[in-house]
Order: sequence, then C-alpha cells, then structure tokens
Amino acid sequence: MENLKQILADALSAVEASESESALDDVRVHYLGKKGALTALLKQLGNVSAEDRPKFGQLVNEAKGQVQEKLNARKSDLAKAALNAKLATETIDISLSGKGEEVGGLHPVTRTMERIESFFRGIGFDVAAGPEIEDDYHNFEALNIPAHHPARAMQDTFYFNPNTVLRTHTSPVQVRTMETSQPPIRIICPGRVYRCDSDQTHTPMFHQVEGLLIDENISFADLKGILHEFLNVFFEDDLKVRFRPSYFPFTEPSIEVDIMRTNSKGEESWLEVLGCGMVHPKVLEMSGIDPEKYTGFAFGMGVERFAMLRYKVDDLRMFFENDLRFLKQFK
Amino acid sequence: MKVSENWLREWVNPNISSDDLVAQITMAGLEVDEVIPAAESFSGVVVGEILAAEPHPNADKLQVCRVSDGSEEFQVVCGAPNARPGIKIPFAKIGAVLSADFKIKKAKLRQVESFGMLCSASELGVSEDNDGIMELPLSAKTGEDFRAFLGLDDQIIDVDLTPNRSDCLSVAGLAREVGVLNKVDLTPVTVQAAEVSITDTFPVKVDAIEACPRYLGRVIRGVNVTADTPLWMTEKLRRSGIRSIDPIVDITNYVMLELGQPMHAFDLANLNGSVVVRMADAGEKIVLLDGQEISLREDTMVIADEQAPLAIAGVMGGEGSGVNEKTQDIFLESAFFTPLALAGKARSYGLHTDSSHRFERGVDASLQEKAIERATQLVLDIAGGQVGPITQAVNESALPVAAEVTLRRQKLDQYLAVSLNKDLVTDILTRLGLEMVEVTDQAWVTKAPSHRFDIAIEADLIEEVARIYGYDNLPSSMPTAAVNFTPLSESKTPIQSLRAALVSYGYQEAVTYSFIDPNLSKQFLPEIEPVPLENPISADMGVMRPSLIPGLVKAYLYNQNRQQSRVRLFETGRRFIGTVEALDELDQQLQISGLIAGSRHPEAWYHNNEKVDFYDLKSHVEALFAVNNGGQPTYQRSECEFLHPGRSADVYLDGQFVGMMGELHPQLAKSLGANQTLYVFDIALEAVLNATLPEYKAVSRFPEVRRDLALLVDRSVPVSELEKVIVESAGDAFKGVLVFDVYQGQGIDESQKSVALGLTWQHPSHTLSDEEVNNSVEQTVKALSEQLGAVVRG
Repeated sequence: MENLKQILADALSAVEASESESALDDVRVHYLGKKGALTALLKQLGNVSAEDRPKFGQLVNEAKGQVQEKLNARKSDLAKAALNAKLATETIDISLSGKGEEVGGLHPVTRTMERIESFFRGIGFDVAAGPEIEDDYHNFEALNIPAHHPARAMQDTFYFNPNTVLRTHTSPVQVRTMETSQPPIRIICPGRVYRCDSDQTHTPMFHQVEGLLIDENISFADLKGILHEFLNVFFEDDLKVRFRPSYFPFTEPSIEVDIMRTNSKGEESWLEVLGCGMVHPKVLEMSGIDPEKYTGFAFGMGVERFAMLRYKVDDLRMFFENDLRFLKQFK
Repeated sequence: MKVSENWLREWVNPNISSDDLVAQITMAGLEVDEVIPAAESFSGVVVGEILAAEPHPNADKLQVCRVSDGSEEFQVVCGAPNARPGIKIPFAKIGAVLSADFKIKKAKLRQVESFGMLCSASELGVSEDNDGIMELPLSAKTGEDFRAFLGLDDQIIDVDLTPNRSDCLSVAGLAREVGVLNKVDLTPVTVQAAEVSITDTFPVKVDAIEACPRYLGRVIRGVNVTADTPLWMTEKLRRSGIRSIDPIVDITNYVMLELGQPMHAFDLANLNGSVVVRMADAGEKIVLLDGQEISLREDTMVIADEQAPLAIAGVMGGEGSGVNEKTQDIFLESAFFTPLALAGKARSYGLHTDSSHRFERGVDASLQEKAIERATQLVLDIAGGQVGPITQAVNESALPVAAEVTLRRQKLDQYLAVSLNKDLVTDILTRLGLEMVEVTDQAWVTKAPSHRFDIAIEADLIEEVARIYGYDNLPSSMPTAAVNFTPLSESKTPIQSLRAALVSYGYQEAVTYSFIDPNLSKQFLPEIEPVPLENPISADMGVMRPSLIPGLVKAYLYNQNRQQSRVRLFETGRRFIGTVEALDELDQQLQISGLIAGSRHPEAWYHNNEKVDFYDLKSHVEALFAVNNGGQPTYQRSECEFLHPGRSADVYLDGQFVGMMGELHPQLAKSLGANQTLYVFDIALEAVLNATLPEYKAVSRFPEVRRDLALLVDRSVPVSELEKVIVESAGDAFKGVLVFDVYQGQGIDESQKSVALGLTWQHPSHTLSDEEVNNSVEQTVKALSEQLGAVVRG
C-alpha cells in the first residue's frame, strides 16, 4: 500500500517535470507500460489476500487513471506552449497600413447636392432633370422674362444663337414639368447652370438645386416653414433666418432668404443663401396650370455656396480645378 | 443707386438711427449693398482765408501764406499754385488729424516755419480732384469747422434696386418708400413754374409717337456756363457718384437724382431747323459724348435735328450738340420714352448710362413738366438766363394708363395664410399711394399712382401688403399633403450606387467645365464639329464638350504638374453632339467617364510598383455593369481616334454601342505632355443604370468537379472565342469556365499563346462520375481543336 502511494507520487511529479512529448512518453512507459511500475503492481494482485484484492485493484486502477489524466493534461499544456512559441515567431507589425485599394470620394458639389436631394426626397419631392442647352422660351419667356426685360441683364447669358442659350438656371426643368403634368407637383431640379461671368466669386459654370411645389392652397407660410426647416436640417443647427423681399420675374411675392452667421470674433452678419417666392400667376398660366385653382412656391439655391458654408471652403475656384489634394479631402 | 443719407433726410426724416434706417429699407426689399462714410474721418480742419501770399525765399514752387481762421492769423507754407490772397480754403490747423498716420504739426520748410496745411479736395477725400488747394465759395464763414460747412458727417447709402423698383431710383422715390415704412410725411422740394421772360421756342417734331409719347422742350437764353456749380450741389452729386462737369449738365444730373427724370440739354446754337424725335436710319452715324462713333440701327430712337442725329434717345447725347464752354443759349429736354422702346438698346451698343438705366426700367410718365420746371429754376438760380415757354408734344394714347387692380380678400388670406385686418390693408395700400376706388369686405379695388407702374395684377398688391407688413411677421407652417406611394423600382440603379462603386475602386469624382478648348476637341475628335458658344468666357472655353474625356485628361495633367502620379478620376455629366439649329435632335446625353493612371495600388510597403493597364480599367467598367446585374456587355476592337488601336474596345450592351474604353492614344498623350500611360472609359450613363431583379435558382446539393486544361492556340484567337466554344460543347452539366493563366513568349511558338482554363461541372440531381466528366472534356477538346485549332499542351 505504502508502495502504491509512493509510486503514484513519483509518477505525478515525473509527469510534471517532463518538458517534451517524448519525455512524457518515457514517463508513460515507465509507469503505465506493460512493464511499468503501476502495471507491475497489478501483476502482484495474486499476492494480496482475497479479502483485500478488490480494494487493492481499485486503488491501483485509480492511480493509473490519475497518472493518465495528468499525462493528458501535461501533453495538452506542452502542445499549447509549443503553438504559442511558434505563433510568437510569426508576430507582425500591426501598425503597417492595410493592403489594397484606398477609398476615393465624391466631389463636394455632388455630396452637397445629395444632402439637399435627400431632404426633399424625404418630404415627397421627385428629382427632375432636363437639357442644358435650352431654347429661349423655356429659359426666359415661359418664366415671365420677355426679350429685353431688364432682368435678363441680371443673368449674363451664354448664347449659341439668339434663340438658344446655355440654361442660366434649372428653372426650365420646372417649366417642362409643368407643361407635361398637373398639380400636385413636387419636384426638385438639381444640375449645372451657366452664366457668362468669371472672377474671384463667380465661375462660368456652377450648380443649382431648384424646387417647385404646386397644389391647392399652398401659401407663403408653407414656403417659410419648409425652407427654414430645410436650412436647419442641412446645417444641423437651429438657425436664425430672415425672409427679405426681393424680385424675380417668375415669382411674386419674391423673397431672398438670409441666415445669421457668426464669425470667429463673435460678430454676427446676415448671409444670403436662397432665392424663392410664390410662383407668378403668369408662369402658371403659360404652362397650362390654372392660377385661380392652384398656387405654389419655387426656390433655388447655389450648391457651391452651400458646399462652401458646410465644408468651410473659401475659394470657389477650387471646385473646378479638380486638384486631387483638394478632392481627397472629401472622402 | 447711391444717395447721401442727409439728402434723403431733407425729404423725409423719421426718428430712427442710420443703422435702423438701412436695416428697414433692406427689409422692405430695397437691399442696401454698402454704407460708406461721405468723407474720411479727419478733424481739426476749418474754413480759412488767405490774407497774403509771398514767394518762398528759398524755393521757387512754394509760397508763404498768411491765413486767417477767423480769430487768429497763421503763417503757412503752401506748394499749390492756386494759393492766392482773397480765396477761402480748407485749413488744417496744428493738431488736425487728416488720417491715422497724418497729424499736422508745426514744421519748417526750407527754413521757413509753417503752422498748418492748406488742403486739396483729394487730401480730404471729398473729391478725386488733386489740382491745387480746394477753393471754397467766398460766402463760406471763415473759422467754421470744415466738416460742418460741407455736412460731411453723412454717409452714402448704396441701394441695389431690383429691376421692378425703378420708382426708387431717385431721392424722391426712396423718400416716398421711407415715408410709407415709418408713416412719416414727406417734405418735398417745392417746384414752381418759372416766370417766362421771352417768347423764344424751338420747334419739336415727334415722329416716333409710340416710343416717345411725351416730349417737353424749353429754350433758355443767356446762361452763364462758366458759373460755378454750388458746393451743396456738387457735394450731393459726388455722394451719388456723379462728377461735376458744368452747371447745366450738373443741374440735369441733379434733377435726375432728385426726382428721377433723366434730362438733356442741347446748345441751341448747334440745333438746325427743328428737333425731331424719330427712329434712326440704318447705318446712320453719331459721335457720342464719350467720343466714340456709333453706327445706328433702325430699331434705335434718336433725337435729331433736320440734318443729323444729336443723341440716342434716353441713352446718351452726341458730342457736337451738347453744352460746352462757349454755350450761351440752351434747349432743355424732358421726355418720356417707353421702357419697351429703350429695352436692351443701350446694351446692344455696349452702353449703359444713368439715363438708359432709368428709362429701360421705367420713368414716371407724369414727371416731365415738374422736372423741366425744377431744372429751369435751378438754371436761373445758378447760371441765370431768360426763360422761354415750354414746347410740348404729347401722344395721350401711348401714355401708360394706371390700371384698376382688385385685391380679393380670399386670395390675400390664402396666399399669406393669415387674415389681416381690413383697415390695416387699406392703410398700407393707401400709404403706398394707391387710390381706393372701392373697399368692401370682399375686395379692395385700387388704382396705382403713376410712379408705381409696376403694379398691374393682384399678385402685385399681395406682394405690397406682405412687404410692408413684413415678411418676417407673416406666419410660418408646414404644408400637409397626401402621402405619395410609388413602387420601389429595382429595374433602375440609382446613380449613387455607380458613383459608390467607382469610389470603392479609389476614384475621386471630378467636375470639369462643360465647355472646352475647340483645339483640344479637335485633337480628340477630329471628325466631330463641336457646338460653339457665341460669347464664350474665353477662347479656351469656346465649345461644348463632345466628350468628357478631354476634360478629364486636362484634370490629369493639372495633377501631374502637381506631383500627383497615381490618378483615378471619374465624372458624370452631359456631352454635346450635333447642332443647335436642330435643337430637338441635339445629343445632350449623360455620360459616366473615368481616367486612371499610375500604379495599380497606392504606393505602400508591400508590393512592387506595378502600373495599371487595360485590364484594371476593364474591371472598373465591368463593375459598372455588374452593379445590380445591369447586363453583360460585350467588347469589340475600337476605332476611336483618341485611343490606342490595339488596346481599346467599344462596349456594347444588347447589341447597342454604349461607349468605349482603352489606352489613350500614345501620340496624343505625348503631345499633351502626359508622362505616363493614361486609360480612359466613356460610357452612356443610361446603359449602366439598368438593373435586373435577382431571381433565385435552386443550388445543387451534388459536388462540383473541376478539370484544368492548358491549350495552345493561335495568338489572334480571342480567349472569348475559346470560352464560347467551351460553353457550346461542354455538355449539360457544364457550370462555368475560368481563365487562370495566359502566357506567350519563351518556350512557345511565336505565333501561339498558352491559355490555362479551369472548367467546372455540376449536375443538379446526381454526383457526376469520372466517366461523364471525361466524356465532356473529350468533347470540348475536340471542338476546340476543330473550330479554333487549339491543342492541349503536352
């Protein structure tokens, strides 16, 4: 009995002391093999009294089990340690950049336009498009700007011939929509527009989003509500906004909308951001909509102006130079 | 229009600050662009009198003056040649501050002491005039503060008037508006008919009776054109941005600014026979006041005499007929020309004058007599003379008639979403000068005053009520509208998805101008005549782009010059092909186009610096079609002029040509200065906006079998032909083919290439046996050999 205890203790410490799989195997053979120490004890079973035999057998078997268990555990520990050691040699520098393509980006004008579009789509406006080379009728006449109207001087126009122009605003798309559909009309018209003007603050091509809402009972209050909400949403701010009387031939009353800006010194000033108004009854009538039955409002905004405010771009010309060092700032 | 605030307040003086006044008129729709001080902020300058002027002992060009400030005398050294005893001048005393860094101190000039400075007008910022010291009228009180004397504590308000509000292009007009806003009465100048002292008239004949419904003329004899225009007048003119010329011209300008009526004065001695208001003969010549000779068109109205045109009516006078330093007798003109007759005329000759600006937008048709009397009064006061009676030519039928305009209560309420008190509305309209023909609970029937000829329809009245009530005081709300339910289409790809695909391939979006250099256009597309602009901003923006590629290549070059060697750009936008003479057929198609150049991957630590090639570009083009299953394009060799003939493809979808792609022609790239190979694609946007709704097909549960084939085939055979034959011959269970290697070069005959293909089979209902697959392979190899001469590589 004493012998068994001693053998078991020796076996367990031998397992503990083994540092490799082969050493473990030697231990196994030495204790559990055919000629192993514990196996030998079982062979001595015949020398034990019949009375003690079952008990003794059980104890030896338990000891064998214990050793086997310990062997397994030690083996798995050794395997784990070996793997860890191997993995340690495979360590890499995780601070290096990832492989593959770097992501590009949208032009800030497109990005801005999509923001504007998504607001108006969200409240049920459709997006409409139209030609950029336009006839005089859709760009001017149908918008209550007859030939030689002084308002034509407000928009320096690119001409192809006396009757064909590069659209000076996206309003002709509104006209084309009114000509082919009846209210309710809810559209926005984003796109390129052109004016014959080029200096620090003007480029001969820029982008507009114009919108039109015509239905029964549309009022000045609706215009104020929607546009103020739009500005708050676009700039993610609770803006101070003012509605100032102005003049456009295609709307009456006509309005310019200013927002209050605060500069770095804390000084406040008004900045014009959009033009709008109630659609002029003549404009409705010319496109076949009954101004007695329907009213509506129209608005227009310069996309570059919004992009400049939103992304703090201070030079309009950057938008059209396509300088990658500029473009890559818009990921 | 620029106007002095003090002048405005002579007419109407509400008890509000300057800032409030400016804010108020801006919010009434008369936008103030700028407020400028009437003079620099100098101090310590008084009206001085030169008592004596002696030559400087040590300098030829200097004088030593004795100057009085009314109580004391000072010795002042002065370099102005016009310094002489007896004149009054602005005198900056010791301690005066002319600007932040210019203080007057006691000084010694060439050993003579000087106590102060005599100032020129430009030194005080009251004129550009730098011609000696400023001479003040002798009536000026010596010793009076110069600022007070000229009323310089004033500011110039620059109002940017919209085209509909020409009624405010005068002090009288702005004052009217300010009066309405503040409910304050005006104190207008009183104009009395001048006393006629001679009977002289000059005949007036109006032929253009529609364009000129009213023409008033008057002879004034014996005027002194050398008289000085009074300082109060030149100062007001200056603050409105008009230079003083001579008293007669100054007076006509002054009346225009004061009342809004442009006027003209002729030298009577230069008029022959009679004044004729007529349309010009085509090609008739006139030399204008500014010296330029103009060849007139028939649509242009002129003021002529019996020999020649003297002025373009309402635009500018002629050189030979105006007032000059020898003029003794004048003929004053005060006319009403209709806006329609003058619209666009000045601009068509490259002209723009204060007069044309007003006539085009409209002048009060009832103002002419008042204006001519006001001018007469001023001529008599300033230049003297004998006044003849007014000659009038009037065509009543062509004069504007004030329309009766009705404002309905129901419309007003509906537009503004508020019901304004009836008395309030009546009050606003009345204050604006509208005559109330009838007022009921349902409507206001009104007649506009002659100066508000812009009021013609109900909406005009709604606008006026809203404007005066204040846009910011009107309610704000959200409209309620029926919710629209539209099907969520999956047959169209949103453009955003295509942009996103390219962005994920590392592209930056570009926006290039729609107009390009015609030479560049020709270099790319010599066969296409691009659409030219009549008035381009510059020659290199002269034509509409027939393709987006030239613009992208230019953008590439811009970046190449800024050390950016890896470039990926795309753009969406219209290209223009055709002619504006057939506008309906003009192709203004939306394109999606791109350019890549430089290394395949961003330069980094893990790879060699391999350059992009045709197949990188092709994968991007394929991706555009693959988004939302947009269809399977096919490719054919392209003959596009600006692409490499061997490395370019035309792209077809369902048999339709939809674009092209490939390497930019090396010669073109070189001539443009590109220092590496550029690859471009240009696809009709419409072609890649297609989407196909995915439709599920059962996935086979049985294993897939793959066999690889290495084939030798003639180099000219496109791999797509091999694939085609395989698809046709590989049997029912054939699943797909993958090209995993293409090789030509060492070890292979020069005319041949080696193509390695992986073919897969899978049966929907059983596991394929080796025999089945072997049979399929055999069949396929046989077909490839028979049809394309391909042999399995040993």
